[in-house]
Amino acid sequence: MSAAEADTTLKAWHGHWLTACIAVTLIPHVEYLPAWVSGGCALLLVWRVIADLGLTPMPGRLVLLVVAAGVVVGTGIEYRHLLGKDPGLALLAGFACLKLLEARSLRDGRAAVLLGFFLQMGQFLNGQEILVAAMTLCGALLAVGALLAMENEAPWQTVISRAGRLLFMAVPFMLALFVLFPRIPGPLWGLPADAFSGMTGLSETMSPGSISRLVRSGKIAFRAEFDGDIPPPRDRYWRGPVLSLFDGQRWEPGFTTLSASPPYEFAGKPYHYRLTIEAHNQHWLLAMDFPVSDDARTRYASDQRLVSVTPLRSRQRYELTAYPAAHAGRNESAYVIRRNLRLPEGSNPRTTALGRQVAERFAAPGRRIDALLETFRELRLEYTLAPPALGLHSADEFLFDSGEGFCEHFSSAFAIAARAAGVPARVVTGYQGGEINPHDGSLVVRQSDAHAWVEVWLPESGWRRVDPTATSNPTRIDTGIVGALPDVASLPLFMQPNMAWLRSLQLRWDAVANGWNQWVLGYNDERQRSLLRGFGFDGGDYRHLAAAMVTLMGLMMLGYLGWALRRRRRGDALDRQWQRFCGRLSRAGTRRADWQGPLDFAEQAAGRHPQLADDIRWIGGRYAELRYGRKRPTRQDLADLENRIKLLDIR
Amino acid sequence: MITAGDRLRQHFGGLLDRRLFRVRRSEPLPARLGHRRIFVLPTATGVAFGLTLMTMLLASMNYVLSLGYGLTFLLIGVGLVSLHQTFRNLVHLELLSAHLESTHCGQPATLRLRFRNPSDYPRLGLHLRRSGGGETRLSLDPHTDTNVVVAVPTNRRGRLEAGRLVLETRYPLGLVRGWSILTPEAACLVYPAPETPAREYPGAFAAGQSEQSGKLGEDDFSGLREYRPGDTLRRVAWKLSARCEDQFYTKQFDGGNAARLEFDWFRLPAELDTEARLSRLTRWVLQAEAAGVGYALRLPDGRIDADRGQTHQLQCLRALALYGIGDERS
Repeated sequence: MSAAEADTTLKAWHGHWLTACIAVTLIPHVEYLPAWVSGGCALLLVWRVIADLGLTPMPGRLVLLVVAAGVVVGTGIEYRHLLGKDPGLALLAGFACLKLLEARSLRDGRAAVLLGFFLQMGQFLNGQEILVAAMTLCGALLAVGALLAMENEAPWQTVISRAGRLLFMAVPFMLALFVLFPRIPGPLWGLPADAFSGMTGLSETMSPGSISRLVRSGKIAFRAEFDGDIPPPRDRYWRGPVLSLFDGQRWEPGFTTLSASPPYEFAGKPYHYRLTIEAHNQHWLLAMDFPVSDDARTRYASDQRLVSVTPLRSRQRYELTAYPAAHAGRNESAYVIRRNLRLPEGSNPRTTALGRQVAERFAAPGRRIDALLETFRELRLEYTLAPPALGLHSADEFLFDSGEGFCEHFSSAFAIAARAAGVPARVVTGYQGGEINPHDGSLVVRQSDAHAWVEVWLPESGWRRVDPTATSNPTRIDTGIVGALPDVASLPLFMQPNMAWLRSLQLRWDAVANGWNQWVLGYNDERQRSLLRGFGFDGGDYRHLAAAMVTLMGLMMLGYLGWALRRRRRGDALDRQWQRFCGRLSRAGTRRADWQGPLDFAEQAAGRHPQLADDIRWIGGRYAELRYGRKRPTRQDLADLENRIKLLDIR
Repeated sequence: MITAGDRLRQHFGGLLDRRLFRVRRSEPLPARLGHRRIFVLPTATGVAFGLTLMTMLLASMNYVLSLGYGLTFLLIGVGLVSLHQTFRNLVHLELLSAHLESTHCGQPATLRLRFRNPSDYPRLGLHLRRSGGGETRLSLDPHTDTNVVVAVPTNRRGRLEAGRLVLETRYPLGLVRGWSILTPEAACLVYPAPETPAREYPGAFAAGQSEQSGKLGEDDFSGLREYRPGDTLRRVAWKLSARCEDQFYTKQFDGGNAARLEFDWFRLPAELDTEARLSRLTRWVLQAEAAGVGYALRLPDGRIDADRGQTHQLQCLRALALYGIGDERS
């Protein structure tokens, strides 16, 4: 209608804000997106910038349609399906960039910002570390900035500071909701199969190379905080999958049953600790041998593992007790014993022959195991992270040809030899050792502490742990992998001994990350309940939570409202004195008209109150002098004026 | 044509205005926007933002994403803060004065408003809209009075009121629309549009002695007379007046005093309708005044005697604007 009518077209200035917002949002995704998606997104963003600078025209609708179809088809080819976390994120990233390139009006721009929020949410599916959170905060700041910029044009510094202010003011609401919003455990509906892909950890089976691959990762597997003593390294065996089926190449878990009571007899000193375990999307908990738990979420497997009722899809905390000296499986069933003697026909003939020889020389199973360990020692096997590739009979080739292997080779070969010697044996994978973080005293166990060992069954004592890796390298058990490997160059950088400062830095960072994990990421329904119980509420009742949340939010909103309504008194200290003076005279019946200056008004008031005339004239004159004079009023001037006004006895 | 639906809408609109929005017919100025007069509702973007947050919350629950909760809650906070900021952008504003300037129909009337921002923060992204046409964008600096001009479109002669002004804002994020309704007391007259193309007034309308009423010159100086209130200042003989104490003189031009035009409604061609007649008479009044010729105006409801000058012109234009309407408030 007129020139003043709202202009709803998107300007170059808005375009820059939107591009910056989407670009920062996409940065954390780059690591997980296929290269062509990242590259394509970057190209589209650059196109928008160039177009905003007026160097090229915006792409036509047809071009955009073709690119959109390309993104869908490409994603379909890349992942072979379109439903799921990874293809979903790839599509979202592509469409956000396309929306940006297509945006012509402010409405389009706002839609692009909303897509940006979805993308920021999406990056948490890949990881929720502190840095990701920081990156998201930057993205949110730019998104709010883009919305602000579309509403009111201002220099970018101003926009950023306004956006920061808005976010800062939103923090109290976030905290209240974060703590009090009723948390619901578990997924609400079925999740796509790849929802938790990318979680590292032990796999359910073991074949040569599976653990040495894992060892190269510095990722944390779990943390343990002990009450009191920390057990010595030789007791720190954290039990993962127990493998009792061997097909010649791979070790697989055998059949187990679950029960609610522990399948072993307690003995020795207990260690009490809290286990904070990272999500690995499997059932097993990596508890220290032999675990006891009061937790309703756990069960005991018949192979002495502690398992979770549901897969660990998020970081969890457990209160556990360990009895390293307990006796397990003293009355093991004949079925299990038979299963743990079975070897595939014709596999590893030389190792099997070694076992048979030992069985001929010694009758007692304990003696046979000792003899086998002695044999391993005599073979002078070398413990290395980079063993040569092995063929069909991996144990034979490891023991008698190459002589170089990692813990999975040692344990596999030993278990085969023990079975051949007539002693029931199985491979246990898990973690061994761990490092005490000097900054918070917790024991940190990383993927690099992954280990495999053997358990043999002896009739008098049940299952007994044997670590054949120690035959080559006893230090592996006591000092961890760094001391055990001669070739430190093959270790990841963070594990090399001469990088002590880096290591210390990493430990410090780990301590911070641990706090983050415990208090931010680990805040779940259970934590919420215990926190509320601490405040005397019945935390189990969602209604209490909801009521507390609504009340708190309402109070905060009222606080903000009160702040908006508060009318700041205008003027400085001098003005306030004058207002007070005028107020007192006004109550006494002498009102100052808006057009009256101080001297004029004082003269009028002096006429009305002759007994105070001198004082009133002095105050009026003094105020005019201080207000309009050359000199800035000093504190003393103000105090004098205030005194004089106070002493004025008007009735 | 007014349908039943329109009438219903009008009725309920009026009810809504009075009861909910507390709109008065017209309010004395200065008017301050107290918190009871400010209304906030989410915009379409705001609703979309809400749906986005809902989806994000569901995703956080489903995938157990602590940071997802965190981001969603932070954005919920941003939404609430933006609600508060929108409210804060309007509250305590003052409308100090409003003034409407008369104009001819078809030309925009100028609505001059003076706003005061008594707070120490700027009010940004304000949008003032007058129902019935006219809008402008404005920003108000802290502790400052700002003049705002709104061009009000006119499409019929008569009395024009400032009417219902909506001061609204979507600042800061465009998620929430906040508004307040102002009905300042200000009105003006919309004169009939002067006829175009201009038609020379025929000699027949001239009364008095002049024979050359058609081509009244401005250059033929014919003499002086004493200044009378209402004479245009352009014709004051300043030099002479300066010499003579306490007496002003007005220059008289040839024909100026001699010619007396009589613009008579009843002597206009019969085929013209009311508005066309008013248009033509308006044009003649403007022309005659510009030429400095005295003129009289005769309308069916009265006659204005021949004279000249601004006061006389305004009197004539007022009669033309209100002819057949009266001075009642429309």
